[in-house]
Amino acid sequence: MSGFQTNSRVIKWIEHRMPVFSFLDHAVGSGYPAPKNLSYMWNFGSLAGMTLVIMIVTGILLAMQYTAHVDYAFDSVERIMRDVNFGWLLRYIHMNGASFFFIVVYIHIFRGLYYGSYKAPRELLWMLGVVILILMMATAFMGYVLPWGQMSFWGAKVITNLFSAVPIFGEGIVTWLWGGFTVDNPTLNRFYALHYLLPFIIVAVVVLHIWALHQFGSNNPLGIDPNGPQDKIPFHPYYTAKDAFGLGVFLILFAAVVFFLPNYMGHPDNYIPADPLATPAHIVPEWYFLPFYAILRSIPDKLLGVVAMFGSIIVLFILPWLDSSPVKSGKFRPIFRIFFVLLIIDVVALGFVGANPPEGAWLVVGRIATAWYFLHFLVILPLLGVFERPKPLPTSISEPVLKGGGSPMGSGAPAKPMEKA
Amino acid sequence: MRKGLVFGLAALAAIASPPAADRAAAAEGGPPLPQLEWTFDGPFGTYDRHSLQRGLQVYREVCSVCHGLKYIAFRNLADLGYNEDEIEAIAAEYIVTDGPNDEGDMFERPGLPSDYFPSPFPNEKAAAAANGGAAPPDLSLMAKARPDGANYVHAILTGYEGLVPDAVLQWIFEHETQKRIDAYELAHDEYLEKLDAYNEKVKSDPSARKPVEPARPEPVESVEDLGLAETSNFNAYFPGYGIAMAQPLYEDSVAYADGTPATVDQMAQDVSHFLMWAAEPKLEDRKHTGIKVLIFLVVFTGVLYAAKRKVWKDVH
Amino acid sequence: MADTATTAQAESGETRRDFLYLAAAGMGAVGVGCVAWPLLDTMNPSAEVLALASTEVDLGPIAEGQRITVTWRGNPVFIDHRTPEQIEQARDVEVSELPDPQTDADRVEQPEWLIVIGVCTHLGCVPLGQKTGQSRGEFGGWFCPCHGSHYDTSGRIRKGPAPLNLPVPPYQFTGDSTIVIG
Repeated sequence: MSGFQTNSRVIKWIEHRMPVFSFLDHAVGSGYPAPKNLSYMWNFGSLAGMTLVIMIVTGILLAMQYTAHVDYAFDSVERIMRDVNFGWLLRYIHMNGASFFFIVVYIHIFRGLYYGSYKAPRELLWMLGVVILILMMATAFMGYVLPWGQMSFWGAKVITNLFSAVPIFGEGIVTWLWGGFTVDNPTLNRFYALHYLLPFIIVAVVVLHIWALHQFGSNNPLGIDPNGPQDKIPFHPYYTAKDAFGLGVFLILFAAVVFFLPNYMGHPDNYIPADPLATPAHIVPEWYFLPFYAILRSIPDKLLGVVAMFGSIIVLFILPWLDSSPVKSGKFRPIFRIFFVLLIIDVVALGFVGANPPEGAWLVVGRIATAWYFLHFLVILPLLGVFERPKPLPTSISEPVLKGGGSPMGSGAPAKPMEKA
Repeated sequence: MRKGLVFGLAALAAIASPPAADRAAAAEGGPPLPQLEWTFDGPFGTYDRHSLQRGLQVYREVCSVCHGLKYIAFRNLADLGYNEDEIEAIAAEYIVTDGPNDEGDMFERPGLPSDYFPSPFPNEKAAAAANGGAAPPDLSLMAKARPDGANYVHAILTGYEGLVPDAVLQWIFEHETQKRIDAYELAHDEYLEKLDAYNEKVKSDPSARKPVEPARPEPVESVEDLGLAETSNFNAYFPGYGIAMAQPLYEDSVAYADGTPATVDQMAQDVSHFLMWAAEPKLEDRKHTGIKVLIFLVVFTGVLYAAKRKVWKDVH
Repeated sequence: MADTATTAQAESGETRRDFLYLAAAGMGAVGVGCVAWPLLDTMNPSAEVLALASTEVDLGPIAEGQRITVTWRGNPVFIDHRTPEQIEQARDVEVSELPDPQTDADRVEQPEWLIVIGVCTHLGCVPLGQKTGQSRGEFGGWFCPCHGSHYDTSGRIRKGPAPLNLPVPPYQFTGDSTIVIG
């Protein structure tokens, strides 16, 4: 597109010494061409970025009022809720923001799964994304411990205990994580330090993620590469406008939860101060960990359970090499689509399983769903790559427009039948 | 657009499930909690100050003997409609420990608005020791620390044997009887398997032990049949049906300052209402702000949508 | 594409579009402002800090000529049971020549009791003079060692870089010999 232009002397002065404006223009402005057919499923990346900013801002303000000591943590959170100006708002935004961050990121990931966004040449982009997911999970896990409620304490106890499954070094690792002989003040303090640090590491990896993205630009719903300028539109104003609208919808849903259902996704037991001598009847992690929790508990062996749980994320790392189909988008892969829907059902089922005690029918369902999950990635996807006959791909993104003649932009071209923006 | 909705709904379904599973677990363990209509329910909910004041009276005259309210300061009672003088008077009725003074001693003095409700016991262990090993929990957050908290507190206070309707007792008896039958059938199936194994084994090893047949279950037809511990009081809504706390509220336990008849149900409602406020004093602020924010966001998103359509007009 | 009919249509379309963008940007700015306020206000003192912590002091044990220090809102408060000589010294002053003119009568409820916040109005050090043996400066009151400010027996600045007199906190007598500060 056009080079960055300005009449302002101030901007020219800065630009000459540090070309930040042309950089921004080429990154997110009118100087960054993007495929013209991106659907609303492409909004979730910017939503994730926005949520990260919200979490960091509210987190820093909360950190000004929180005390990370076992005798004061719970009380300091109550003080925030009752005495700090707008403290209740900060706390509820931060608490529910974590959930919404995962909602947005999970949808973003499933978008990638469906449209083959992890395939060449975007493998590194995908893997950086998996790194961000892992960092998010670590951050969320440690953040949940900070209020020092019953679930905070017992969730920390259970999950850190998992590492004792490591052969030979297990006990030592756990003691090292704890900084003592059980989850106690040293644990809480170090979780606080790391919880404050990790989000900035996430920011750094997000920068790399976007850098990798800009190498080849976004994938698109058709999964075919743009052929030239006729297949693209400048990011600004088209996608800035669309992302702004998407943000509005997201904020409506977010505000509805923060203001009217702030404790819906939480667990009442976390309003009970931590008691190392009283284990709650059901120790349940936050909802976004439930599928992994289910996988962990479906394997009767402690070490193998841990391996399976981490394995379920590692398998995402190697996905670009598991799915050998040269066709990116699920739109043209009729069998793949069926298995994709089954995967969604499987993950939701795992979520239900994780919320219930591992007994009876739940245990059976959990084991089947765990097996299916790994079957999907390790067996079905590779086989599909070999045996599936994809539907014929369109020749280009602008195909229906070119048929009508004239330039693709600005002459009242007929609405594209394939993808409604 | 359509796929987005599908994903969105799947996500919402995933979110919606776990808390529902929690609530189901609570109900599955006992009869469903009676659902009252609270003035603070719903997006436009507010607290009823008269009920809050009555609830405060119930707390002070009955509950505070055993239960603390450590996160509420006397100055917070302004939310209930009391003025500064009334708050100072309430605070001054309490003795709080302060210090150390210049001699290094802790001393006692009348409460000030900035003080918090003093706990009846100096620490957890003293509380447990004075109450048969179970410390009465602080009530500041009780309404949020239990699923469906306000209804739960009300249910507990009205769930004692003399207060709870027969229908609820029948529900409990039937469920408990069924649980015993289910457990018996499971044990009996296990027994039959063990019996087969024994019959095989005894042919070669006469000293093998014969498995014991599980006893047929007794039906549960009364509170006594539940077999609660001596120190437990029957309560229909407490998990396990046996609560350490004896029935705290009786008709006219409290003489309401505003003349409202002090039935057990009335007092239970008022103190539950009060405890909801104690757990979430900012509820009204939160909901009022929420309405304003949502209205703004809906209008703003509408404008953004229109702007987006205009920008995209030439591409569509 | 550039004929007059389409230009006219494009122009009015542009005006409508511009208004929409203006409205969107405007509402966005309002939204950002509405969000910014709570984020800033949250750092303001919280309710339990604002809850006026009052400090009650029993003046009975304080002998004439004796000074004690109490804490109020995190700061030291000097309570001076002044002797008649000190009271005379405080009154016998040309008020208009003071760096921060104030009569002694304006600074006390009962003349034998001077109650001031013990924080130097220059840069916040705690002035000396409360304990026996400490310098009281050239005017018999207090002396700030940080940068050499001298306060008199009414706690007024007389010499040195401090611009204002030691502040008098809000207090009242609740009995013959008890006060409540704050």
